[in-house]
Amino acid sequence: MDFQEIFSAIFTFDNYAQLLPLVRNSLIAGAVLGLLGGLIGMFVMMRDLAFAVHGIAELSFAGAAFALLAGANVVAGSLVGSVLAALVLGLMGIRARDRNSIIGVVMPFGLGLGILFLALYEGRAANKFGLLTGQIVSVDDVQLNLLVGCAVVVILALAAIWRPLTFASADADLAEARGVPVRGLSILFMVLLGISVALSIQVVGALLVLALLITPAAAALKVTSAPGPAVLLSVVFACTSVVGGILLALGGRIPISPYVTTISFAIYLVCRFIGSRRSARRSRHPGIPEPAAGRAVPTGS
Amino acid sequence: MTSTMPRQASPDGAGGTPAISLRGAALSFGDRTLWEGLDLDILPGEFFAVLGPNGSGKTSFLKVLLGLQPLDTGTATIAGRPITRGSRNLGYIPQQKSFPPETPLRARDLVGLGIDGHRWGLRIRNRHYDEKVHRLLRDVGAESYADAPVGLLSGGEQQRLRAAQALATDPAVLLCDEPLLSLDLNHQQAVSALINRQRREKNSAVVFVTHEINPVIDYVDRVLYLADGRFRVGSPAEVMTSEVLSDLYDSPVEVLHSNGRIVVVGLPDATTHHHESA
Repeated sequence: MDFQEIFSAIFTFDNYAQLLPLVRNSLIAGAVLGLLGGLIGMFVMMRDLAFAVHGIAELSFAGAAFALLAGANVVAGSLVGSVLAALVLGLMGIRARDRNSIIGVVMPFGLGLGILFLALYEGRAANKFGLLTGQIVSVDDVQLNLLVGCAVVVILALAAIWRPLTFASADADLAEARGVPVRGLSILFMVLLGISVALSIQVVGALLVLALLITPAAAALKVTSAPGPAVLLSVVFACTSVVGGILLALGGRIPISPYVTTISFAIYLVCRFIGSRRSARRSRHPGIPEPAAGRAVPTGS
Repeated sequence: MTSTMPRQASPDGAGGTPAISLRGAALSFGDRTLWEGLDLDILPGEFFAVLGPNGSGKTSFLKVLLGLQPLDTGTATIAGRPITRGSRNLGYIPQQKSFPPETPLRARDLVGLGIDGHRWGLRIRNRHYDEKVHRLLRDVGAESYADAPVGLLSGGEQQRLRAAQALATDPAVLLCDEPLLSLDLNHQQAVSALINRQRREKNSAVVFVTHEINPVIDYVDRVLYLADGRFRVGSPAEVMTSEVLSDLYDSPVEVLHSNGRIVVVGLPDATTHHHESA
């Protein structure tokens, strides 16, 4: 395969006008998922849950694989797997360090289970691969309704708890002293996160869920700390990644996920660059204090 | 010094309702008694320090007042009413704990959470909110970094913002849990002066949990010293003596006075381990 062939496998825009209407539903789904991922990603960042998202995704994959094997609804299987995993993590509560080791233990088990179910499954191979790496199948109206319905419920719930959840995520002790139900919010948030992970898996796949739930928010926080603009940028970045990824993947024969992850990674790099210039400027500015020693910006998370 | 002393606790006296009142209060974990038979009235405007070794129940004392820890026996009231969690009569300044560098909050947003962070839904911004945030930032001297990300502020600057959060409801009682820990001397003085001003100007009672009395020695009216399931209440001059502390610890302890500072020598459990988590 020479370069020309590789290039045309990645970027093909033949018959683009005819293909576009076929993915109308996928584009709507992608935009909704971008909105959801951009919003929930802010709290994933604040609550330091990146690894938990990954763990939930693997168990969601196991659930989806089981549903595929059993001939049940894959989205439903995925939802059951991830909400269960998220609930377990939420109920255990506890500090990030303990949580991470538990996730590290459970995650490979979930992935192994999923692979077992897929190995037993004798249907189309594309279905198998899609769960892990994402797929751009034409989303039918029923699927779209389910997906958008779930997303709307999560977004409304998130809006309702936005302020106390921000308080609890920033300073749990103080929030608790002020009467915020910190533990209840934490469990509720994990359920919302579980649903979001299950929905995102339908587009970007279990392995790449972080590109939708972390990268946009992390990129936004590189360039601003003001809550409003941060949320807005995070949503815009996530939507751009998913919708842009679908549009690029349309003509070729490559799964959608490399496009989504590449766009979202490129946005992150640009934001990081802008962010480093921004903090350099701040440290020269007399009115605003310099970053405290020993807490310089870490490399990624 | 004497001018700050004479506010003696007198439950039935003419001082009006005590800010905090404990009657026969006891708390224990398992078979270990932290304290029992604690009768205490803390008056409005009083600066009340809680001292003691690690694990003596200092933080638990605060948790009782915050409504996060029920008493085993006895009663506790704040401003004459039973304690409820999240009361607006209470301001709380916790130990300094750094925010991660990428917390999506500026100084003004953090202070804003102290005003209405416990309410549901999204905040509809209005002038009243903006003015209040501005006033609080000015009161604690944090205007110059109002728009700086909280994750990039120093520990002392963050602690000023926590003070602003705690003062947002103009509380009758200000509960401080080692608020000066890990601050440099400058910020220790600034933050404790800030807390002292609140009780002077607004007549709030201050309960100040600390393992180190010297940074606030000029402000303290009375001390509650907890050790080994026992306690002593009184002015610093009454409590911080070799006799009283030796009796509390049941082991010879020497208290030295030097230049207005108090140095305690020979504490039996001068441990290095961290603050109790109870």
